[in-house]
Amino acid sequence: MSKIKAAFTDKKAVLGFLTAGDPTLKKTEEYIAEMEKAGAAIIEIGIPFSDPVAEGQMIQEANIRALSQEGGCTTDMVFDMVKNVTKTVSLPIVFVAYLNTLFRYGYDKFFNRCKECGVDGIIVQDMPFEEKNEVKEVADNYDVDIISIIVPSSEERIKEIARDATGYIYLLAPSKQQSSDEKTISDVPQIVDIIKSVTDTPVVVAVSNNSAYSSVKYKTTADGIIVGNGTVQIIGEHGADANQYVYDHVKLIVDAMK
Amino acid sequence: MPKGRYGIHGGQYIPEILMDEIHKLEEAYEFYKNDKEFNDELNTLLKEYAGRPSLLYYAEKMTKDLGGAKIYFKREDLNHTGSHKINNVLGQALLAKKMGKTRIIAETGAGQHGVATATAAALLGLECEIFMGKEDTIRQALNVYRMELLGAKVNAVESGTMTLKDAVNEAMGEWAKRTEDTLYVIGSVMGPHPFPMIVRDFQSVISREARAQILEKEGRLPTAVMACVGGGSNAMGMFYEFINDKDVKLIGCEAAGLGADTDKTAATMATGSVGVFHGMKSYFCQDEYGQIAPVYSISAGLDYPGVGPEHAYLKDIGRAEYAPVTDDEAVDAFEYIAKTEGIIAAIESSHAVAHLMKIAPTMSKDDIIICCLSGRGDKDVAAIARYRGVDLHE
Repeated sequence: MSKIKAAFTDKKAVLGFLTAGDPTLKKTEEYIAEMEKAGAAIIEIGIPFSDPVAEGQMIQEANIRALSQEGGCTTDMVFDMVKNVTKTVSLPIVFVAYLNTLFRYGYDKFFNRCKECGVDGIIVQDMPFEEKNEVKEVADNYDVDIISIIVPSSEERIKEIARDATGYIYLLAPSKQQSSDEKTISDVPQIVDIIKSVTDTPVVVAVSNNSAYSSVKYKTTADGIIVGNGTVQIIGEHGADANQYVYDHVKLIVDAMK
Repeated sequence: MPKGRYGIHGGQYIPEILMDEIHKLEEAYEFYKNDKEFNDELNTLLKEYAGRPSLLYYAEKMTKDLGGAKIYFKREDLNHTGSHKINNVLGQALLAKKMGKTRIIAETGAGQHGVATATAAALLGLECEIFMGKEDTIRQALNVYRMELLGAKVNAVESGTMTLKDAVNEAMGEWAKRTEDTLYVIGSVMGPHPFPMIVRDFQSVISREARAQILEKEGRLPTAVMACVGGGSNAMGMFYEFINDKDVKLIGCEAAGLGADTDKTAATMATGSVGVFHGMKSYFCQDEYGQIAPVYSISAGLDYPGVGPEHAYLKDIGRAEYAPVTDDEAVDAFEYIAKTEGIIAAIESSHAVAHLMKIAPTMSKDDIIICCLSGRGDKDVAAIARYRGVDLHE
């Protein structure tokens, strides 16, 4: 069984997220350890990018903090950090990145290093279903799961993406009810039902531009939730002194999900 | 070639949250581009409102002074709102209306696309919001006020380098948040498919007219056509109908800032490498890890770290060539064409004029060049005065 699959066995998974190098790579390692201690099931690590167009302001600022630190924060430095942290942290590690980071590094070299350093999966923010093949065929060679994102959409599209999904499915729930057209399904339990009708891949929910608390309401619906903005905000506020706060925050969500 | 691809370039590299809307746009465009009513409406607007066809002007004085090829200017600067941007905006705004949208948003660099979008919104009764880098709102303050006069809301973008790239980021982000009533009216032949195709189609009126006009005036095709390239919409418009005329050279002129060999440059073709950004695979100014580089040009409209995917393809197959032009050269050309032809051209278009001034004298009197004057330069007068150290009170 893959590490990611095991993370969903017999429990609701809480996924921690932080941006690598915010405020330093050394602190990122410590915060990952705090998340594990607090009961997180998977760690998502954002590779900082100059133009993170899919993120809200909070995570955009974390990217800037990471990149503008002395010495910068390159892809190689992020790999080295992961390699080091996986010596002591046993949780599955999933990257959150923009495609240009992988493209410039070279897909083969990138996934080779993922395997070497202990990265289990990757979410590529600007790589929709239609464009994933050029990356997926390389990632498959190194047993790295491409994590698919699903948003409110037509039943047809939700099924199309879910059928091909590996690792887990990242369901981005709308923060408010959308009323785009009659074909769009935006009710989260309904989307989860559609996904479950075609795949066993676990579904984790994140509420866009919102704290993890608002995701907790989906604890009976989903297989897990993501603690995203909350931790990034805490790290933004407390910088290098956020250990206890990161732990407390993740612990709170883990307990709420029980 | 697969849909939306130009060789290896193009594609739809955008967050999943925008995919549904991109598919809807694609469907709507595929339908309306062949719809008679839509085309009649658009052509009437282009003719009666924008002032098309634009003139193909023989620049006799410059031809004599430079002493080589015969020089023609395609006068997009004479369009309503003062640039080629109106060609695309009328098309996209009309499309937005047909799709049932009530609001359009757009990015702008120099403000030309913002002004054109605000204009179309006013005319067609759409709500309008423009995203413009804070740096550019200062460089092009007059255009900000112009957009506000037209009823648009202008958002000064304070992230990143506070220029065009960041304005695109914000506009895309805003679109992702609110697709139900909003269409993103992108200003250039860039972004995810179908945008590069839609903008190119709407801008191809430039070369469609120019080709017919030069055949009528000269009875033959030009030796070369040229235009400035930021994202590349006026250049794609100028090139498109000549692509199959293999003997017509296609020349794009990009902004080299302080020089293509310095780090104060926006010369994507000369200095960039292939990457994936803003929804497309193309050439970008970036570092070895793929971080998008801060770029620089005196021209807010060319101050962009990427280029449209079809240009990237035309470069790859050797069909078009791209030349870097520095700030200094562009400002010299700005002044030269004003004094020689009595035309104040946009600083963007002046980049093409500068390169024209280099190549025309090396060509024979039998050669013909058509250079696209994409916009008028009123908006640039204050900035050029500052560049020359003139203390001007607007």
